[in-house]
Amino acid sequence: MSSASEIATLTIPKVREGLERKKFSAKELAEAALSMAESENPKTNAFLTFSPERARAAAARVDAAIAKGEYLGTLAGVPLGVKDVIVTKGLRTTCGSRILEKYIPPYDATAVYRLEEEGAVVIGKLNCDEFAMGSSNENSAFGPVRNPRALDRVPGGSSGGSAAAVAQGTAVVTIGSDTGGSIRQPASFCGVVGVTPTYGRVSRYGLVAFASSLDHIGPFGRTVEDAATVLRAMAGRDDMDSTSAFAPVDDYHALMRHPVRGLKVGLPKEYFEGLNAETGTVIDAAIKKLGSLGCELREVSLPHTKYALSCYYIVATAEASSNLARYDGVRYTIREDGATLSDMYRDTRGCGFGAEVKRRIMLGTYVLSAGYYDAYYRKAQQVRTLIARDFSEAFEEVDALVTPVSPFPAFKIGEKVDDPLKMYLSDVYTLTGDLAGVPCMSVPCGESPEGLPIGLQIFTKHFDEATMFRIAHNYEQSMKS
Amino acid sequence: MKLTDTEVRYVAGLANLRLSDEEVSRMSHDLGEILTHIEQLNELDTSNIEPMAQVLYPADETATLREDYPRAPLTNAEATANAPSSGAGYFKVPRVIER
Repeated sequence: MSSASEIATLTIPKVREGLERKKFSAKELAEAALSMAESENPKTNAFLTFSPERARAAAARVDAAIAKGEYLGTLAGVPLGVKDVIVTKGLRTTCGSRILEKYIPPYDATAVYRLEEEGAVVIGKLNCDEFAMGSSNENSAFGPVRNPRALDRVPGGSSGGSAAAVAQGTAVVTIGSDTGGSIRQPASFCGVVGVTPTYGRVSRYGLVAFASSLDHIGPFGRTVEDAATVLRAMAGRDDMDSTSAFAPVDDYHALMRHPVRGLKVGLPKEYFEGLNAETGTVIDAAIKKLGSLGCELREVSLPHTKYALSCYYIVATAEASSNLARYDGVRYTIREDGATLSDMYRDTRGCGFGAEVKRRIMLGTYVLSAGYYDAYYRKAQQVRTLIARDFSEAFEEVDALVTPVSPFPAFKIGEKVDDPLKMYLSDVYTLTGDLAGVPCMSVPCGESPEGLPIGLQIFTKHFDEATMFRIAHNYEQSMKS
Repeated sequence: MKLTDTEVRYVAGLANLRLSDEEVSRMSHDLGEILTHIEQLNELDTSNIEPMAQVLYPADETATLREDYPRAPLTNAEATANAPSSGAGYFKVPRVIER
């Protein structure tokens, strides 16, 4: 396990095979992955922090289990990167923000705990837009991430580091978070698999809150199977998050191998308007492929799609303004001295937060302020009901919906940074999934003529990740041959 | 929809955010633009629509109640470890009441 190219193409089954056939030990793999990630990182800035001690300890546990012939977890020895909005005990967690630059969490997120229980080796924390607010990773206080497929372009956001590390080969799998498209959009921009599970499928305990009713943790991988393995290890009810669901977790690996012949796949017409022509060509070819695999394709309508952006920017910013009130200079590391308590709060927050976070706190505070609650927040929650209803009505007719992830492929760094509304529009096809709370994912489906990756988005019913993985896996396998 | 600088400063006060004059004028432009976009929601009649808070998996009303057993909480030292100023087990802030 010496060459970088070997590490860069590893998958979970290849790690398992290497460990079982003694091609390498977990310790050797961890050292090689760490040194490769550290030396390659300057190209993309995907990692903010490395965790060599934690990685070595995890690898030693795996090697000890191998030596004793004990049960090996489903992620034994697998190098894992964690988005820096997910807390890790004793390991700096910045949320991409100056205000948490030195924050050392006193506990682990449930998702991280469960992945490490399955033998995953956390090698570091991944860059992201500040508090997961952004679509390009340009809002990180620690510099933008570059897209490994085109270094002058953004990797997408907000989980830009999580997507970039998997694409670059510096982590085998990663986890990120999605509130309005922050997993699927970067996955599509970087050409990797990214999954937003059903709301409540994965515990949010330890996910630093942005918009609590929309926040999801989900996996990135180089294959559908790897993403499914990570999701399965994290999923399921957790007492520490009362919104986590009691829904049983399916055997994704068995179910994804079923053929897709006869599945009814809907094409919501609203998602094909305003699409960049080159993206459209690639998506059309992917849809034809699903047809040739035996999916029954039919046009459907989700009539409230055009209201999703407005709805989202009310619900998400309102919840964010309240969630981010806690960063007040009292408990979390950074304080600007002020003459009075109130000055201290204001100066700490004024200096500690970046422009986009301030903009969203302001919008959220405005829509919740006296006299506006019904006109904005309540109205948006009612529209959210209509958007969710569009999905449930469509799912009475079809088993899944297939759409583009983004209207265009990765854009240039700096291209949209001065126009917030234009930036927000890059999430126009992904916001609905979070609002409705349905599972959705991006699976790579081709490239633009310039060689920029394009992702196909798949939505299924609440808690039916199995059908989503089945379509994605069948499609992915068909593209190999 | 246009927000005046005075309105922006009022909202910034509610949010405990110090904004520079430049930030205030940028904010009134950006928020105005977003709020104008958001006005499209008024096209929809939602008078008989229940608001949606989040996705719920059907379960017993008491399903989320867990057994109440003693567990070790964070220690005082752990809880205050990240504070910029603490002492004697407390978070310290600028003086609020004069003696």
